[in-house]
Amino acid sequence: MHGESGKQSLRGALKEDVPGFNFDNYARNASLPTETTMHLPSAMKTGTTIAGVTFKDGVVLGADTRATGGTEVADKNCEKIHYLAPNIYCCGAGTAADTEKTTEMISSQLDLLRLSTGSPSRVVTACTMLKRMLFRYQGHVSAALVLGGVDSSGAHLYQIYPHGSTDKNPYVTMGSGSLAAMSVFETGFKEDMTEAEAIELVKEAILAGIYNDLGSGSNVDLTIIRRNGEVTVLRGYLTPNDVEPLRTSYKRPAALSVPAGATAVLSTHMDPARPGLEGLVIEDATAMTF
Amino acid sequence: MAMPSTSLEHSMGLKPGEVATGTTIMAVEFDGGVVLGADSRTSTGTYVANRVSDKLTALHHHIYCCRSGSAADTQALADYVRYFLASHAIDLGRTPAVYTAAKLMSTLIYRNKDNLLAGVIIGGWDPKDGGQVYTVTLGGTLQRQKFSIGGSGSTYIYGHVDEAFKENMTREECQNFVKKAISHAMARDGSSGGVIRMVTIDKSGVSREFIPGDKLPYGP
Repeated sequence: MHGESGKQSLRGALKEDVPGFNFDNYARNASLPTETTMHLPSAMKTGTTIAGVTFKDGVVLGADTRATGGTEVADKNCEKIHYLAPNIYCCGAGTAADTEKTTEMISSQLDLLRLSTGSPSRVVTACTMLKRMLFRYQGHVSAALVLGGVDSSGAHLYQIYPHGSTDKNPYVTMGSGSLAAMSVFETGFKEDMTEAEAIELVKEAILAGIYNDLGSGSNVDLTIIRRNGEVTVLRGYLTPNDVEPLRTSYKRPAALSVPAGATAVLSTHMDPARPGLEGLVIEDATAMTF
Repeated sequence: MAMPSTSLEHSMGLKPGEVATGTTIMAVEFDGGVVLGADSRTSTGTYVANRVSDKLTALHHHIYCCRSGSAADTQALADYVRYFLASHAIDLGRTPAVYTAAKLMSTLIYRNKDNLLAGVIIGGWDPKDGGQVYTVTLGGTLQRQKFSIGGSGSTYIYGHVDEAFKENMTREECQNFVKKAISHAMARDGSSGGVIRMVTIDKSGVSREFIPGDKLPYGP
């Protein structure tokens, strides 16, 4: 009996059954920076350059891999190309959590729809589901997406904005590095490119964002979705900013690398921290290594 | 994303970073049909998000609308009206009236005016009243007109259209009227540009036309 009422009051406190956002902590959060010395964490954003291009046999999606929290790089190698369906992938720019969770939700809805219809998903279906959700949240879900895929009616590419508007185009870019990437596309895009040409173009577009936009950086990820149904995910297709070779080549002074056992142990004495630990024996003191 | 760059956009109620159909849109009635036209520029602040957008959206077989204002709001509104019209057409068992489409749009905008930024021109043909053009303003006013211009670029061509419009123009004359007016607006309005898209609707159906940027009747 006691357990039952306890469970009910917890449920009421969590307000699980009420749909939508819970703004109960809004006032408290707003007063924290002013009343206390705490500062609120900034949302992790994917500063980002994302791009997509249609070519003769399908679509190529590309993205950089830098995630920022303010001016700090929070993740040097995050994944911005999200799986939606076996034939549909989505690049995300904006707030990292929003793009991740939005694409996960729509991926789940597409999965259920495939089970009930028995047919492969269409790109336009994913686009409609995404735009309906984003419009409902009136731009508060900060997700700017490049959606691409291949279905029974061909290869398709969409750009989806946080407020819920969509555009359908042969080549698209989004994110803070979109202007740098678009300049590459406007120079180099042609209809009916080969796969190699398309990959080269997207790679150059993402690199333009990585080098010329502060919000983008690190590596180039690519995903190729072909009309015949094959998908190639090239995570880390290009890693021009890898710092590992520099790290390993750096010669550190020998004095900094001390081998285990270099210091001779002359005697050992132990004081137990609490009564009752007198009998405690450490078997091998040299076992600890870093 | 960028803030709405012009004070016009800010005062209109566009939120920061919201995509706007900056725009010039237009529709003209002729005996037996209508001609609808639009530019193709969609902007976020000072960046052109899409330079080849299609602002002429089908609501039903013989009914189209021109969209201006917030891209997200007008796309969502057009989706709602398309859905209601399709359902209504099944119940009715025949082509719905252009007035019905216009009324649906104006009701949606009027009832949600606090949360929307949408200026729409509806043009279409039905068997009862022929070619019709209806304007739906930001507040939800519904007005039938012989021709209508809208969007930020329309302010630059009020004088031109008042001078160039004639009663009882033929289909070709209407098409040239639309092409010329939109060209002039695109030349002067920063938020309008790209290509001209035109749709002509009559009893036999819908025909689409595309005039690329370098083939405009008037240009800089």
